[in-house]
Amino acid sequence: MQQYFEVIEKKDSEIGAYLTLTKKLALKQAELVDEKIAKGQAIGLLEGIPGAIKDMICVEGVRTTAGSKILDSYIAPFDATVIKKLKENGAVILGKANQDEFAMGSSTETSAYQLTRNPVDVSRVPGGSSGGSAAAVAADEAVWSLGTDTGGSIRQPASFCGVVGLKPTYGRVSRYGAIAMASSLDQIGPFAKTVEDVAIVLSAIAGQDLMDATSAKSSDKKFEDYLTGDIAGKVIGVPKEYVENLEGEILEIFEKSVEKFKSLGAKVESISLPNSQYALAVYYIIMTSEVSSNLAKFDGIKFGMRADDMLDSGVAENELPKNLLENYLDTRRIGLGDEVKRRIMLGTYALSAGYYDAYYLKAQKVRALIRKDFEQAYEKVDFVYCPTCPEVAFKFGEKTADPLKMYLSDIFTISVNLAGVPAISFPIGMVTKEGNPPAGGLPVGGQLIGKWFDEEGILNMAHTFEIN
Amino acid sequence: MLTKEEILHIATLARIGVKEKDVEKYQHDLSEILDYFKKLDQVDVTGVEPIGHITGMQNTFRTDANVDFGDLGKQAIMQNVPEEKNGYVKVKSVL
Repeated sequence: MQQYFEVIEKKDSEIGAYLTLTKKLALKQAELVDEKIAKGQAIGLLEGIPGAIKDMICVEGVRTTAGSKILDSYIAPFDATVIKKLKENGAVILGKANQDEFAMGSSTETSAYQLTRNPVDVSRVPGGSSGGSAAAVAADEAVWSLGTDTGGSIRQPASFCGVVGLKPTYGRVSRYGAIAMASSLDQIGPFAKTVEDVAIVLSAIAGQDLMDATSAKSSDKKFEDYLTGDIAGKVIGVPKEYVENLEGEILEIFEKSVEKFKSLGAKVESISLPNSQYALAVYYIIMTSEVSSNLAKFDGIKFGMRADDMLDSGVAENELPKNLLENYLDTRRIGLGDEVKRRIMLGTYALSAGYYDAYYLKAQKVRALIRKDFEQAYEKVDFVYCPTCPEVAFKFGEKTADPLKMYLSDIFTISVNLAGVPAISFPIGMVTKEGNPPAGGLPVGGQLIGKWFDEEGILNMAHTFEIN
Repeated sequence: MLTKEEILHIATLARIGVKEKDVEKYQHDLSEILDYFKKLDQVDVTGVEPIGHITGMQNTFRTDANVDFGDLGKQAIMQNVPEEKNGYVKVKSVL
């Protein structure tokens, strides 16, 4: 553990993966493990293993900002269920990882605190929104980390940084204590360098929780026990809508990976997800609507930042000090970043009187069609397979000016959240020629999408690919 | 394109103060994305039930019982409150 803090000390001024280090907590946890070892007691797989937690997830007594100034001084009064479980498993928490503000972004550039740089090429973004969690693992500043994934926020940064990241089935992992973004889409999931490590962390955090009514009944599976390395006869479906627009090196690397799956005994078929062309529009309606509701609690009254009472902002009309409404307006104007405000405004519009049927309700219906696409695909195939992203890590500032362009980075990942299925991103190759990559190349991720609650299936597929 | 009045109305509903100089940017950004949403107009959803819960869970209940937590966590919660009085969260005056 001390070793990891030394690496962080040395590297993180450049990488910027961490917002807060939790040295005292880490030391306390490590001592518990040392005591057990000294007593000759058996220790579990995660005991003493250090990791990073996305700042979206509450750790008791630790500052939890969600990457936002509005929570700058917020000290979480309780542990999220996943943290409670990791602590029970003896895992050591090194610190809180940087992210896009309230997980809204695909590059970690919307964090109100700092940039996180991609360890593979520091002139590029690590992806997002869980960019700090992915970068911490890629830079050896943590063995594992937790992120949250609402539209690709674990898988896309895993792809950009060349690590493994898993978004579990909706309901597999309790979200209690994770700051909510879009409640019908959010899931917590692990990052690590290997599929096996991801499986071990998933085993620790999965399970039903009374504190999250959306968490599903499940047996205490040890996902690492399902990594047999045998995928003979498994059928993979490649969605033609996803690959028809791919080109260049990413397409070559993807095709090579398909051949590799074949050589390992899998069968590959072309399938169709015809409604995937609507996924981005559906996603942005549902997500922004739920965001506008979930973020209403940041009001400067119960916790977090409050605008200075005597600040004459020009927004509040009455004389100072501010009344309740003026305080809301100014606190949220100052405390929230541009992307967050844009999404709250959009969602408020979509849910406002007269528009609900046209936007939110319509989107939930098209979402049913997107789920049906997957149901029909899974009648024929065991897994759906495509690249995680249509691109590799891009340079800072390349997309910040155009929100819609930034949103398109999530095009392959969002259908998964809309359908609620599990998916894993794992490294399948390096782009070495196109787009001026660094000497070693830029990582490309493959995305395996499983049936509902078949995490063990996609983990074993990715594991078999990885070890061969 | 959303009008200036629409932007200011949404901003008030969203409880986000918007300065005069930022209205135009919101008009542009929101309208561009709303235009993109029009893509859904071409989908026929006749007879399609909207998604409620994605994996089909229904009626998750807990026992309707009162649990007294006493002062558990009270201090940790109250230390995050911007303004308190006599142990209560102080709310600004409405008028």
